[in-house]
Amino acid sequence: MKTELTINGTQHKLELDPRTTLLDALRHHLGLTGSKKGCDHGQCGACTVMVNGRRINSCLTLACMHDGDEITTIEGIGQPDNLSPLQQAFISQDGFQCGYCTPGQICSATAMLEEIAEGWPSHATEDINDRPSLTVDEIAERMSGNLCRCAAYPNIVEAIRKTAEESA
Amino acid sequence: MRPFDYSRASSTADAAQQAAGGGTFIAGGTNLLDLMKLEVMAPDKLIDINRLDLSQIEETSDGGLRIGALVSNSDLANDTRVRRDWPVLSRALLAGASGQLRNKATTGGNLLQRTRCLYFYDRATPCNKRDPGSGCAAREGFNRILAVLGTSEHCIATHPSDMAVAMRVLDAEVETLKQDGETRRLTLDALYLLPGDHPERETVLEPGELITAVVLPAPIKDAQQTYRKVRDRASYAFALVSVAGIVGLKDGRISHADLAFGGLAPKPWRNAEVEELLIGETPSETLFDKAADILLAEAQGYGANDFKIPLARRTLVSVLNELTKEASA
Ligand SMILES: Cc1cc2nc3c(=O)[nH]c(=O)nc-3n(C[C@H](O)[C@H](O)[C@H](O)COP(=O)(O)OP(=O)(O)OC[C@H]3O[C@@H](n4cnc5c(N)ncnc54)[C@H](O)[C@@H]3O)c2cc1C
Ligand code: SF4
Ligand code: FES
Ligand code: FES
Repeated sequence: MKTELTINGTQHKLELDPRTTLLDALRHHLGLTGSKKGCDHGQCGACTVMVNGRRINSCLTLACMHDGDEITTIEGIGQPDNLSPLQQAFISQDGFQCGYCTPGQICSATAMLEEIAEGWPSHATEDINDRPSLTVDEIAERMSGNLCRCAAYPNIVEAIRKTAEESA
Repeated sequence: MRPFDYSRASSTADAAQQAAGGGTFIAGGTNLLDLMKLEVMAPDKLIDINRLDLSQIEETSDGGLRIGALVSNSDLANDTRVRRDWPVLSRALLAGASGQLRNKATTGGNLLQRTRCLYFYDRATPCNKRDPGSGCAAREGFNRILAVLGTSEHCIATHPSDMAVAMRVLDAEVETLKQDGETRRLTLDALYLLPGDHPERETVLEPGELITAVVLPAPIKDAQQTYRKVRDRASYAFALVSVAGIVGLKDGRISHADLAFGGLAPKPWRNAEVEELLIGETPSETLFDKAADILLAEAQGYGANDFKIPLARRTLVSVLNELTKEASA
């Protein structure tokens, strides 16, 4: 199956078995191993990437379904010598231990902050017709699709909160 | 995953035509691919419907909304009209899955998601839904999350969707296109089947019948809406019990009462007798208890899920208290 994906701004032409998930295309076919495979069933968020600006679980979608789409992975969010503010904050706030969930956390949080900026409500929002505020409860609820086996949650929330505060 | 042929549908008619030879539609893929990885589902042919023009939310002439089958769960929950006039639907969607999954999950796919019964997922165990006639491992197994109403001796699975419970309380109708080009509209009650002797049949949809939209009637005025979901953790977990309620009060009496339930049955559950009992009455704990008696009169637990019966009672009473208090305030 011929599939064209734009990943972190670069166009890639791939020939894939239709069974290939977007996650496997990134990791096995393109060597972009930043996105992680935790559960392969949509339950952990380690594989989170952005497709056309929206966060999704790349393990639960087929690469061929995304022909023509723009994908942003952790490699596109920042590089070691050019970290995004959120990446920097995960370091300064000690937002990880083993680090396995971290790329997914950062991709997810990057898109999540956009969602808040656009005024999307969440399960934690008191009045869903009002603009949401960036409370700890809101961050925890909106990040519930990203599990952390090391339970670095308090510092993950802090890293996100600080980043949002500083960019406001 | 078993190999399959993959093709894209270019129009709804093309989708129906492609399905004629026996094909399975894929929308968000968040349920189907999960099950295909485990080979619980193994379609020979996948028809990708994501490029169809079914992503709009339009107002209908009678003040309702027509929601395209491909509208994502995020877009539907965030729609300002839905948030304002059908908040129970926004709330139900936001209580489901995760931010990532809601971005991918679609309105049509959400309605047709399969049960989360552990044995349905485990191919090493008997399951009448997955493998008709093989038996039901859940009846005497880990059935904590399974149904207490509407079950049969062959299957006690629940329908897991939160959105469908809200759609049911809102009297939504599903619009479909059959292979022969005929369209029809089904209430959610008519869409879903109870397991009976054939738990493998979950809906009345024919092979290749495409859901094109879900239509909401005009919003209900002078009533409060809520969606209460009780689950094992605060987020990212399926409902043990959920209640979608739309209740109105007039001069201290209940003037409107629509109630639907999740986590209790093989389909989003509604009981007209419960609603009739409430209408015209003054809210009271005794009345709400009587409503729960009616709802649960035929409830049957299977051991590990016995707790759902008192939990459903308490959740219903609590929701009725909330909705009648706020309305009178
Ligand atoms: C970890 C996890 C947690 C979850 N938690 C929740 C939760 O708390 N609450 C909840 O409600 N849901 C939950 N879900 C389920 C999620 O909501 C569903 O997977 C999703 O809504 C399915 O939509 P989809 O578009 O991805 O469907 P798909 O996977 O694409 O399709 C599902 C089924 O519908 C059929 N189909 C799809 N579209 C159409 C159409 N237009 N016409 C005819 N047939 C069609 C497909 O053939 C398939 O059989 C969870 C899922 C996961 C993985
Ligand atoms: S309850 Fe239904 S889905 Fe679960 S094992 Fe029994 S037959 Fe299968
Ligand atoms: S690997 Fe995709 S959600 Fe766990
Ligand atoms: S830091 Fe180890 S899993 Fe999150």
